[in-house]
Amino acid sequence: MVSFLLKRLLQSIIVMLTVALIAFAMFQFVGDPINNMVGQDTTQVEREALKEKLGLNDPFLVQFGRFAWNAAQGDFGISYKYKTPVSDLIFERMPATLELAFVSAVLALVLGIPLGVYTALKRNGWLSKFIMTTSLIGVSLPTFLTGILLILFFGVILRWLPTFGRGDVVEIGTWATGFLTISGLKSLILPSFTLALFQLTLIMRLVRAEMLEVLRTDFVKFAKARGLPDRSVHFKHALKNTLVPVITITGLQLGSLIAFAIITESVFQWPGMGLLFIQAVSDVDIPIMAAYLVLIAFFFVLINMIVDILYYAVDPRLRSNDG
Amino acid sequence: MDLLNINNLEIEFPSRRGTVKAVKDVTLTVQPGEVLGVVGESGAGKSTIGNAVIGLLEPPGRVSGGKVYLKGDQIDELPAEEKRKIRGRRIGMIFQDPLTSLDPLQTIEQQLVETIDLHLKLGEEKSRERAIDLLDQVGIPNPEDRIKHYPHQFSGGMRQRVVIALALCAEPEVIIADEPTTALDVSIQAQILDLMRKLCREKQVGMLIITHDMGVIADITDRVAVMYRGDLVEEGTTAKILGDPDHPYTKSLISAVPRPDVRLKRFPMVNYIEKEEDRKKDFDISTHWLGQARDFDAVDGSLVEVKDLVMQFVAKNAFLKKNRKMFTAVDNVSFDIKQGEVFGLVGESGSGKSTVARMISGLYTPASGSIFFGGDELTKIKSQKEMDYYRRQMQMIFQDPFSSLNGRMRVMDIVAEPIRFHKLTSSNAETEGIVMDLLEHVGLGRQAALRYPHEFSGGQRQRISIARALATRPRFLICDEPTSALDVSIQAQILNLLKDLQEELGLTMLFISHDLPVIRQMCDRVGVMKMGEMVEIAETEALFKTPQAPYTQELLSLMPKLDKLSHSGLEVEG
Repeated sequence: MVSFLLKRLLQSIIVMLTVALIAFAMFQFVGDPINNMVGQDTTQVEREALKEKLGLNDPFLVQFGRFAWNAAQGDFGISYKYKTPVSDLIFERMPATLELAFVSAVLALVLGIPLGVYTALKRNGWLSKFIMTTSLIGVSLPTFLTGILLILFFGVILRWLPTFGRGDVVEIGTWATGFLTISGLKSLILPSFTLALFQLTLIMRLVRAEMLEVLRTDFVKFAKARGLPDRSVHFKHALKNTLVPVITITGLQLGSLIAFAIITESVFQWPGMGLLFIQAVSDVDIPIMAAYLVLIAFFFVLINMIVDILYYAVDPRLRSNDG
Repeated sequence: MDLLNINNLEIEFPSRRGTVKAVKDVTLTVQPGEVLGVVGESGAGKSTIGNAVIGLLEPPGRVSGGKVYLKGDQIDELPAEEKRKIRGRRIGMIFQDPLTSLDPLQTIEQQLVETIDLHLKLGEEKSRERAIDLLDQVGIPNPEDRIKHYPHQFSGGMRQRVVIALALCAEPEVIIADEPTTALDVSIQAQILDLMRKLCREKQVGMLIITHDMGVIADITDRVAVMYRGDLVEEGTTAKILGDPDHPYTKSLISAVPRPDVRLKRFPMVNYIEKEEDRKKDFDISTHWLGQARDFDAVDGSLVEVKDLVMQFVAKNAFLKKNRKMFTAVDNVSFDIKQGEVFGLVGESGSGKSTVARMISGLYTPASGSIFFGGDELTKIKSQKEMDYYRRQMQMIFQDPFSSLNGRMRVMDIVAEPIRFHKLTSSNAETEGIVMDLLEHVGLGRQAALRYPHEFSGGQRQRISIARALATRPRFLICDEPTSALDVSIQAQILNLLKDLQEELGLTMLFISHDLPVIRQMCDRVGVMKMGEMVEIAETEALFKTPQAPYTQELLSLMPKLDKLSHSGLEVEG
């Protein structure tokens, strides 16, 4: 177990360094940073002095090392546009994105798993067939369209829910949360549902397929032959055995929830990291883009680590193979 | 009153193409302490009876007639909830594969305690005590410690003991065992059968054993019922059915069982079920393409020679090489196979016999040691091209006919693939002609070429595998358990076919099996393997008559005794 974790940690560091290299390369190849910082009337001498001062004349590896070292400490330099440290900008926006992703993930799991189990057990029921058909819509409709349709229906026609922004937030330390106010919670509903819809259908279909597979296995048949009630057979024995693949996919999907919240955030004008990133792209604000890239990679790596540890918790076979 | 009475039972499976009667008018009884065997080949409907009794017929299957009584109470028409209460409580069930019968994510304690507490309502503490007691009864050492383990921490035989303990949880009156030992090695099989017989006598449990294995029937049952395509064709005491069967199907079935005691020229009378298609020998093998180019460089001595072969797998990986734990699957194995000889490798699962075959065919690279083929050392060959020359001369037939054929290819392309790969013919028309001839020769007929593997039965698929193996005109054939997934009558047909082909083409064969009677029927010489080591090599008849190594003696003594079997109509060789 320990050696396995060390190995994964090493791999993670390599992944992070690679991503950092790509992020760093943006500085090198997308425009001249000096040009972005100084005005038209700066002389060549002043430019050279600034270049020297910022260390831009150092060899590539030294510059990259400096970038990676600073990034590891959360320092991504200064935004070209806002002229404030990038880390401050990102951390200010992060709670919005993380809360949105969290609520979406919970929604997807809490609805997806029971629906998957239900449609597997009542495979031929009309309700199952209805759910399966509607779920196709969830998979095939693009996020921006579902978002806009939801806004139109609940926001414009029914006027039940707010259509943009986070509502009122409460500051707890540096974390601005929308969980504690009514308007904050109300604002969460539409965007989180929009973001969750795809994951929900995915998890539901995955759980259904895995359940159907497990229900055919000998141990389920043997459990029934011992007279165990359906409740125990289905949930204690069958469902738990479907969890390993579900954990894998859910983990990866949680990463994409954070990373691809961009579209949802744009549709709902959600003040999260995704929106910040989109704006940064249009402004060629490279420090923000680089920081966003590294941060998302970090989330993915972290979630994958957690998924691997969860495997150990769920499946005893993995525990003993490792000695 | 009968303990279990199955009265005129009929089971049907409605399907789009009409209703299939899986079981027709079957009447069986089981008395306390009695073991009734239900024997038949796949598709005979024997498992369906077991499932119907316990109320677990897979939909859309349904009981369409007849009644089932348990101690006089009719149980087939009870509501689902009442049926569930009988399952495990009054009727226990044991399944074939112990590796998949237990929930892999729960300790056996959780599984035992849940079942005991459900039926006997003893509470957690008492249930645990009973669970430990049960494990002790089924012969699991240190039950107090072992109960905390997960299923994967037990060996196959131990797991089947756990399964039996689970079936015994609530002291059922009847136990239905569906192929309880088919997935186990002979030595484990003997132990499990002993255990089941003991439990049956001591607790006066009635047992219904469903199996296709005559060895199991001969070993444990008191009475036998023979099923054929849903019909009960014959029923009687074990001695009568095995020794003096009346029905032609039973006769044919018994004559197809490989004998451990005598070597036969061919298996007689195996055509009752799948009519062995008339083999049209409309070509003379010596002038046909298949018979030509067989003038390989003559070898003096052995065609295949294996010297000090070692194969290791990594059992526990570690960063430093010296910390790695290696598992030696094959340990210093040496043997040779003469031209035209059938050499058998026998041993229990995990003895390394398949690993040896895979090294000879080049699927694995040995850790050390050398393999000679026709005098050339294969282990020294580096270039792929040169290796192809030898690959063409040796072909393999695998155990599982269901996974060894590509389901997306037509039989024509499957059989033609090796010919095309090695560019053995000059035109596609010629290739296709050869494939047709091959298919006819293995008894499938020309029409088979246009169909896909899933349209064939297991035995027919194994014929396709054989045709494919012959397509490169090999002189050496490696058969890795070629018949262990097949019914006995099909096995007899396939073994007959292999014998014929071997004679016609002068093939040299490496024949791997865990089944000693099959080895006796097929091989000229035999090597016995145990835990990766070769313990004995001898002429087949000598090995069976006077085994030298203690392990061989043990294996032979564990062979199911089939001396009750009828000997009429057998042509004994030698």
